[in-house]
Amino acid sequence: MDAVWEWFRVLHATTGIKLTIFYDAFDRARFFNGFLTSLRLMALCLLCSVIIGVIGAWLQGARSRLVRATTQAYIQFVRNTPPLVQLYFFYFALGAYLRHTNAAGLEVPIVTNFVWAVICLSLYAGAFNVEIFRAGIEAVPRETLEAAEALGYSRLKAYLHVVLPLALRISLPALNNNLVNLVKTTTIAYAIAVPEMLYVANQIWSDELNVAEMMNVLLVVYVSLVGILVYAMGRWERSMRIPGYTPT
Amino acid sequence: MAREARAALSPLRMPLTGVQALPLAPRHGVMLAVFLAISAGVAQAQAAPAAPSIILTMLKWTPLLAQGFALNIAMSFLAMAIGTVFGFALGLGQISLLAPLRAGARLITQFFRNSPWLVLLFYCMLLLPFEVRIGNSIVALPGWAKATFGLALPVMANVAELVRGAVQSIPSGQWEAAESLAFTRLATLRMIILPQCIKRMTPPWMNLYAILTVATPLTSIVGVSEAMTLTGDILSSEGRTELLVPMYLYLLMLFFVYCYPIARATAALERRFAVR
Amino acid sequence: MTWTPDQPLIRMRDVHKSFGAVPVLNGISLEVMKGEVICIIGPSGAGKSTLIRCINALVPIDSGSILVEGRELHDPRLDKLALRRKVGMVFQQYNLFPHRTALDNIMMAPIHVLRRDRASVETQARALLRKVGLEGKEKFYPGELSGGQQQRVAIARSLAMQPDVMLFDEVTAALDPETVKEVLATIRALARDGMTCVIVTHEMGFAREVADRIYFTDRGVIVEHGPPAQFFAHCRDPRTRQFLSQIL
Repeated sequence: MDAVWEWFRVLHATTGIKLTIFYDAFDRARFFNGFLTSLRLMALCLLCSVIIGVIGAWLQGARSRLVRATTQAYIQFVRNTPPLVQLYFFYFALGAYLRHTNAAGLEVPIVTNFVWAVICLSLYAGAFNVEIFRAGIEAVPRETLEAAEALGYSRLKAYLHVVLPLALRISLPALNNNLVNLVKTTTIAYAIAVPEMLYVANQIWSDELNVAEMMNVLLVVYVSLVGILVYAMGRWERSMRIPGYTPT
Repeated sequence: MAREARAALSPLRMPLTGVQALPLAPRHGVMLAVFLAISAGVAQAQAAPAAPSIILTMLKWTPLLAQGFALNIAMSFLAMAIGTVFGFALGLGQISLLAPLRAGARLITQFFRNSPWLVLLFYCMLLLPFEVRIGNSIVALPGWAKATFGLALPVMANVAELVRGAVQSIPSGQWEAAESLAFTRLATLRMIILPQCIKRMTPPWMNLYAILTVATPLTSIVGVSEAMTLTGDILSSEGRTELLVPMYLYLLMLFFVYCYPIARATAALERRFAVR
Repeated sequence: MTWTPDQPLIRMRDVHKSFGAVPVLNGISLEVMKGEVICIIGPSGAGKSTLIRCINALVPIDSGSILVEGRELHDPRLDKLALRRKVGMVFQQYNLFPHRTALDNIMMAPIHVLRRDRASVETQARALLRKVGLEGKEKFYPGELSGGQQQRVAIARSLAMQPDVMLFDEVTAALDPETVKEVLATIRALARDGMTCVIVTHEMGFAREVADRIYFTDRGVIVEHGPPAQFFAHCRDPRTRQFLSQIL
């Protein structure tokens, strides 16, 4: 392994391409931690946004008009306003009120910036997911549900075993697109100093003055990460495909 | 409702949103305004009695904020224009009959589609030169110009995908009919395929514009002095914590008021085109 | 080699075509003289559509020879555009250009491909619309016309190029029975006027009435052919007999 790092040191010595994240132990650790934070952020946001999407889709089918209207308001608000401003609103505006004095007598925020980022990004992508799931459920023909009920399924079981699996497969392409976009959007956490990859890279290039190299590394890493996700989603989509099924 | 649902899931839908903006009622704007008023009122109650009212402060700063917002809009127009032009070319490159051109266009599209917008912004801001020598003169590249270019790159990739998807969704019978009438490939594209594509591409393209507009505040992170930056400046100059919630809500409201008509128009267009 | 009318207008010799590993045409040979009307019948999957698409080079052949007016199609230097000015084709799905009016559909190719002047093209187009019985429908869009009307516009569109031979690929298969008659009447009129026609069809009555010769294909070969009277009454091959017994 050390041989690999050495190669990069030699690279710097000969060509001047400064990739300290490989041959310098401190930078290497920093960048790796940033990478892990990014991964953690992405994974949590993916999970939470899907949960929010499911709950929201269920709420949108509720009987109460108030519930439906509130869900709609939430969706339209989130979709037509900048996610960065939403993030600042959560972290700076709301966060200003959510403080408590700790043991040392300092005012510290109750919610960390990482958590705010997860909350804000999940709510953002969740709003899109609600519409995607709802559209998927509605694309299942009413006759399918009727057929299930005619076979003796209860409403709940019919949804669980017949409608939702079909709805999921129908909404998969749109859902995958949205999740890929979520992963790309997690970089805005930089703005509230979450130590994810972009932030850490910024710190590194401020110290080492290797902006170009770090930017290129960032691009490559992000494009690869997203590429892997796109590939995995594509595989999942293909494995879930129903042969011969064309949505009406 | 079912048709709108289907429209939301169609493969030609702008992949970024993937969903259709259901028609907004003015009540949403009213609700936001009410919420804004209430939060301003609450903030006002918290403020020291001698401090000028929240509403007056917000009104005082409105002209400056509007100026900043104008820069957001300008950047969005410019980035959309540049991105659309290059994206169109890239999209046509993806359906070219020359394999290397097709592969190259596809590579470029996938690369920029997979890059986070903020990283591309950083890249352009930091690595594009701050001045450019054209002929004998040196032209300075201001920050917002580099940022606009950085925003145009993902727009270009998305437009390319839109174009490719639209062209591929035209039934092959149209190509066959044109071929059997002895149209060249270029004439077929120009007179038969692309005119039919424009209609299908317009709603997702408008959606892309809305997404671009709400992405322009990202430029504040790289130092462009637009509405977001100005809001931060205003807040730090006023230095009052009770102003935080109303000001950010005000900024959100500004974007909402701009984007909501676009969402409405997009939905109406989509319905109209789906009927045909 | 200049072509003269005493030679066949279309001459196919031992034409082979496979799509991947699937052989579709297994040695087709046929001849069409100027002014002849030939009908090609056969079970689905027999390669009839492929056959007809080879005649105007929409589908390139693997081996064999196709001569249209003396010019060889199985030649990499073939001028496809020149060929298609001579060979017109009408499709099962009409394939009208939906974003242009009926008149525009007819006028487009002569103006942009043949570079004729607009006024004379328009006169001809109106005359053609009258000929196919659609006078008054000039400004209608394809979406506003019935299937039969669209098909007649498609015929007029091909005629506007003043081809020497017209190919019809199951042009009534996608129509309601009532509208089938109007389209067949149009083709009958064309044939009577002396146009060389190659018609792939299921309409046996029509074939019997209008064809000079009938070709029966099965599994990519011409099984039997002959003038209609002889063909229908005294067919020799058992496959032909089986096919005719199924549909007549």
